[in-house]
Amino acid sequence: MNPRLRASCLLLFLGSLIPCSLCAQVTNERLLHANDEPQNWLTYSGSYASQRYSALQQINASNVKNLELKWVFQAQSLQKFEATPLVVDGIMYLTQSPDDVVALDAKTGRAFWIYHYATSPASRPCCGIVNRGVAILGDSLFMATVDAHLVAIDAKNGHALWNVKLAEAAAGYAMTMAPLVVKDKVIVGVAGGEFGVRGFIAAFEARTGKEAWRFDTIPKPGEPGHESWRGGDWEHGSAAVWVTGSYDPELNLTYWGTGNPGPDWNPEQRPGDNLYSDSAVALDPDTGKLKWYYQFTPGDPYDYDSVQIPVLVNANWNGAPRKLMLWGNRNGFFYVLDRGTGKFLAGRPFVKVNWASGIDSNGRPILTPQPPGVPTFPGIQGGTNWYSPSYSPRTGLFYLSTWENYATIFSGVNADYREGQRYTGGANTSPIPGADNPAGQRQGPVNTYTEALARGAVVALNPETGKQEWKFDMHDVNTSGILTTASDLLFVGGREGYFQSLDARTGALLWKQNLGGEIIAGPMTYQIDGNQYVSIASGNSLFTFALRQ
Amino acid sequence: MRLRWLSLRALLQSAVICSALALPGPIANAQGQDRAPQYFQSDIQYGAQIFASQCTSCHGENGDMVPGVNFHAGQFKRVLSDNDLRLTITNGVPGTAMQPFTFGASEITGLVSYLRNMNSFSAQGLLVGNPARGRTLFEGAGNCVSCHAVNGKGPRVAPDLGDIGALRTAELIHRTLLDPAASMLPANRPVRAVTLDGKVINGRRLNEDTYTVQLIDEQERLLSLSKADLREFTVLKSTPMPSYKDKFSSQEFADLEAYLLSLRGVK
Repeated sequence: MNPRLRASCLLLFLGSLIPCSLCAQVTNERLLHANDEPQNWLTYSGSYASQRYSALQQINASNVKNLELKWVFQAQSLQKFEATPLVVDGIMYLTQSPDDVVALDAKTGRAFWIYHYATSPASRPCCGIVNRGVAILGDSLFMATVDAHLVAIDAKNGHALWNVKLAEAAAGYAMTMAPLVVKDKVIVGVAGGEFGVRGFIAAFEARTGKEAWRFDTIPKPGEPGHESWRGGDWEHGSAAVWVTGSYDPELNLTYWGTGNPGPDWNPEQRPGDNLYSDSAVALDPDTGKLKWYYQFTPGDPYDYDSVQIPVLVNANWNGAPRKLMLWGNRNGFFYVLDRGTGKFLAGRPFVKVNWASGIDSNGRPILTPQPPGVPTFPGIQGGTNWYSPSYSPRTGLFYLSTWENYATIFSGVNADYREGQRYTGGANTSPIPGADNPAGQRQGPVNTYTEALARGAVVALNPETGKQEWKFDMHDVNTSGILTTASDLLFVGGREGYFQSLDARTGALLWKQNLGGEIIAGPMTYQIDGNQYVSIASGNSLFTFALRQ
Repeated sequence: MRLRWLSLRALLQSAVICSALALPGPIANAQGQDRAPQYFQSDIQYGAQIFASQCTSCHGENGDMVPGVNFHAGQFKRVLSDNDLRLTITNGVPGTAMQPFTFGASEITGLVSYLRNMNSFSAQGLLVGNPARGRTLFEGAGNCVSCHAVNGKGPRVAPDLGDIGALRTAELIHRTLLDPAASMLPANRPVRAVTLDGKVINGRRLNEDTYTVQLIDEQERLLSLSKADLREFTVLKSTPMPSYKDKFSSQEFADLEAYLLSLRGVK
């Protein structure tokens, strides 16, 4: 055999030893059909429809009691752990605070590589130095950073490929979300709603990092919607974007939720509806052009960010198939929209609400503002928040983590804008003497304010009727995302640190494990060598379970 | 840091005793604040005393002796929010005479409350307590020691108050003495549990989650109960602690509160 042929054969042989997992490319086609490969978890929410639902069914109601811990990844960070990992052909890609990416063997938890990003000390995220995950296309990972950069990383070796700055971290701009890849673009939004930023969603060429388009969530003078602002209020009107959007390839629309107007709690400083704060926006992913918007809380005085995951569902509505968008909003209402047009279809409260008595037929809330000193339900942290909900096409139910019977006494005060300083204008208090406000910051193991402050729950809602099919009560408030599977299991954590599996049809508890740390992330699942795994971040670690062999 | 009560003598000389209980509730004076904008009279009074003992040598009694700073007029150099104020007090200002202060949370709450309301506060209404007299009340007429320990000395039925002055603000202590049931930390509420086999357990809740409850029972045992093993579980909103509203004079309240605020834990 001649030397060249011998060398080629050797290369072929060596190549055959490399697991195909290291060769795989995540194409657009794979992302479009992520549900067809449930052994992987290819996007932050599991698929473009963001249902956080998996077709895997090895773990089921009869064997879930046999789940056992397979491995733990201990993050080198004491910050909040809000990430959902991706799993691509046996490799897990996970972020740890502030902006590191780790590639792990998803079967054992052993690390292949770690990418450390030097986050600027000028960054000042309002509510924790968190990073919720990465996106993938081809062999590239994409990470949004706390100091408002977007970084592409080689998925094979953790080497940075490009790094672009989106905005000034010192001015309060930050990014905490996992990006969304649509076609050849990486789409992200900026946080900073407590610093008077001007929010935007932007798309970047995945190959080069070149900015393709930018959609400002607050229209400037001359643009439609600008009339909803007075004078120069819009310049620091916030409408930040800090959780991942969704995408409908048939409609070619990408959907994102926007945050509170600024200053958060003093609407007297920004009279008007303050578009497009607290809204769902539908954008053309090729151009960033606005196709439609729906504003949940016009002129919001409560910090009811509409920064939730848009859940896309094709289901019957009034007897006819329709492309729906389901939205459990921080303001306490559960909404159903037509995602082709943005038309409001229904809005019903899922927790105690007294800021509005309902939503009128045009989709506008019927306001019932409470007198000064009287508690408003839900409180600052909302009836739910950014925690990922789930929708199971098998049960037809929408599952949501909630804060029950939770209130704040709101009071706005004047706020002066200074770049990089908090711009919130609030004099809010808790109705519970001595309780912190907002109450969402507690991370210790003792629930000091207990049921007096609020309780938590998982609720299962029928999208068509808004009726609560079942409720699983928790003593502490529920800060966890939710996963459902084709075996009609539901996985959810909570602030108490329990990781639980419920019957998705009845809400009955099937299994629980105390992980010892607050769960403020969404569970996900994947499969390797015929074994189904479930992962969840708790405290400062990621825990991965599978059935006992 | 313990209070330097003796240095309040000058303040005491001008103080006219009045009823602390008659003073109004929260005062909203929150221009430019981003949170915690409610100020309470007890905190303001406490802050006034700390200011008099710790701050006047540089800032002056009216808070206007440092150029560019006039607390009375609400004029600050670099402070915008209450949080800024807290950080400035805690960290100091490098390169200036403003040194870092190691105040506890209740002291800082008092100072911030006072600084934000200096223009409307009058020392004429200040009632200053004597912690030594307060201790006598605590151990005597108040009968507090029948339930509360101080740094391990005493029963454990109720919380040990050895660091209550660091944990609770002046306002919260004041309110607790007036209306203990309403001010009790929810986690501390009395609980009654009945096991499936009929055993009754009474105690004070320490923690609770969806599936379990942790408590200290009447025999001072730490118990963790599974709710699945209980026939009955009740959290009571009442408390064995009496209200002292009609029991103590205003001066006695001030003395008792001064004593409780002086309890800052074992250092």
